Amino acid sequence: MNVERIRQDFPILAQLVNGKPLVYLDNAATTQKPRQVIDAIRRYYEEYNANVHRSIHTLGERATAAYEEARAKVAAFIDAPEPATCIFVRNASEGLNLVAYSYGMQVLRPGDEILLSPLEHHSNLVPWQLVARRTGARLRFMPMHPDGTLDLERLPRVLTERTRIVAVAHASNTLGAILPVKAITEAAHAVGAVVVVDGAQSVPHMPVSVRELDVDFLAFSGHKMMGPMGIGVLYGKRELLERMDPFLGGGEMIRSVTYEESTWNDLPWKFEAGTPNVEGAVGLAAAIDYINEVVGGVANIQRHEHDLVQYAMRRLREAFPEIRIYGPEENRAGILAFTFGDLHPHDVATVLDSEGVAIRAGHHCTMPLHREVLQVVATNRASFYVYNTREDVDRLVEALGKVKEFFSHVA
Amino acid sequence: MSLEHDPRYAVNLNELYKQVLMDHFARPRNKGRLDEADFTVHLENPTCGDTIEVQLKVRDGRVEDVRWQGHGCSISMASASMTTQAIKGKTLAEAAQFLSRCRAMIKGEPGDYKELGELQALSGVAKFPVRVKCATLAWNAVEEGLKRVQP
Repeated sequence: MNVERIRQDFPILAQLVNGKPLVYLDNAATTQKPRQVIDAIRRYYEEYNANVHRSIHTLGERATAAYEEARAKVAAFIDAPEPATCIFVRNASEGLNLVAYSYGMQVLRPGDEILLSPLEHHSNLVPWQLVARRTGARLRFMPMHPDGTLDLERLPRVLTERTRIVAVAHASNTLGAILPVKAITEAAHAVGAVVVVDGAQSVPHMPVSVRELDVDFLAFSGHKMMGPMGIGVLYGKRELLERMDPFLGGGEMIRSVTYEESTWNDLPWKFEAGTPNVEGAVGLAAAIDYINEVVGGVANIQRHEHDLVQYAMRRLREAFPEIRIYGPEENRAGILAFTFGDLHPHDVATVLDSEGVAIRAGHHCTMPLHREVLQVVATNRASFYVYNTREDVDRLVEALGKVKEFFSHVA
Repeated sequence: MSLEHDPRYAVNLNELYKQVLMDHFARPRNKGRLDEADFTVHLENPTCGDTIEVQLKVRDGRVEDVRWQGHGCSISMASASMTTQAIKGKTLAEAAQFLSRCRAMIKGEPGDYKELGELQALSGVAKFPVRVKCATLAWNAVEEGLKRVQP
């Protein structure tokens, strides 16, 4: 994998921000897009834009073929048994909401329990709060070590016959911690619970096989893996998806409709009401091609990010004794949350931006994790992707030096 | 390839972090709690989790005393310090009018804002749209308190 060559594919990276070459370290929020993805979307609109599955003409057939090819690529990328188990949604949040409403509402009864990890993104927490409120089910949380790793030994205390659904992130968007999904799945299945995985921070960064992990549902977003915004995927086991009612009603998801009632289309279209995001699917397919062909597979991204995050932890600690890095030392995704002395993350991020360095500052949609586990209101978060380099880390360290200097006359 | 730098997005740190603002951040005024507050307002900035609590003591239609406490960035904490200092002693109507002038300034509306005194230090925030919420957190809390006095 040649990072310098890869960088050439990203026009957006070659710009000055505030007079300095851009260092983009906000990849956990969204990734940049290579020319190949942008070109694929432009080609779609210039050559074969049409509505899918209903237009009896050449463009319609081409668009439908491209849309279904994209689904097949997605299925292969996460090792799903068949494309029909991969439903196109807007993003990981929508995929998780689909499971919460269609599956959760159907199976949960008063007294049932939904088990979550304490580091969930709000998108894998709030839908379950809503569904729990309506069904009388109860939310419970897994025991966790202070560094964000799960306490598997104490898991049986909260994972019981009352647990119907276990919802976990594969990788924490704040701490970078990778959760032992396979072990969680085995334990959950042993008590008859279904496992819903938020793969937003894992699928773009490491090989994920839904068959090997044996998860029941997995959701992720295209825009966090160099695809466009507005396209995401929900994988589900066929027998579960077939038992579920549709999430949204409308065109394409029906077999037959009378004024009184309807019967549902086959998978996956049962869950894809209305005109879908064909542009998004085409762009996501191009992103998957890019990962497979140019990057040489997602395992290369994982290795590269591991090197960057380890280098960053070492450099930051050497340079700044006042830095506090959250999350585990090993077995983590390319995400680095930290606090910098007493400086508020907003102040840190503003000064870094003036140096051309883009990071995220805030609670990263994990408010309860910040408040109750990390015990800070906000953190800084640098997150890496395939096009980042050790020089980017050096620029971050240098820019943090400027932050320190700028605020040295205060406090 | 290198794109031209767009001056619309130029970051001038000294314009944002004015000296008077940093002074209020380092030595906050009116920070703490009142023994006998008439009104206590607690607010949060949902984007960053910053929190503020403002307490008002109102006598004869005037803000007799005001205190605040909270956690947040330099902009939000300095704003709380300067704002509470500015409204202390003002009538409720004067305080409300003062805050509406502050909002006009931070929206970037042209005009003379001399009457805002030290609060003018926050005028630079208008050029940092993501930081406007930091500056207005204390204002929202004070306004909420004023509304409770005269519903």
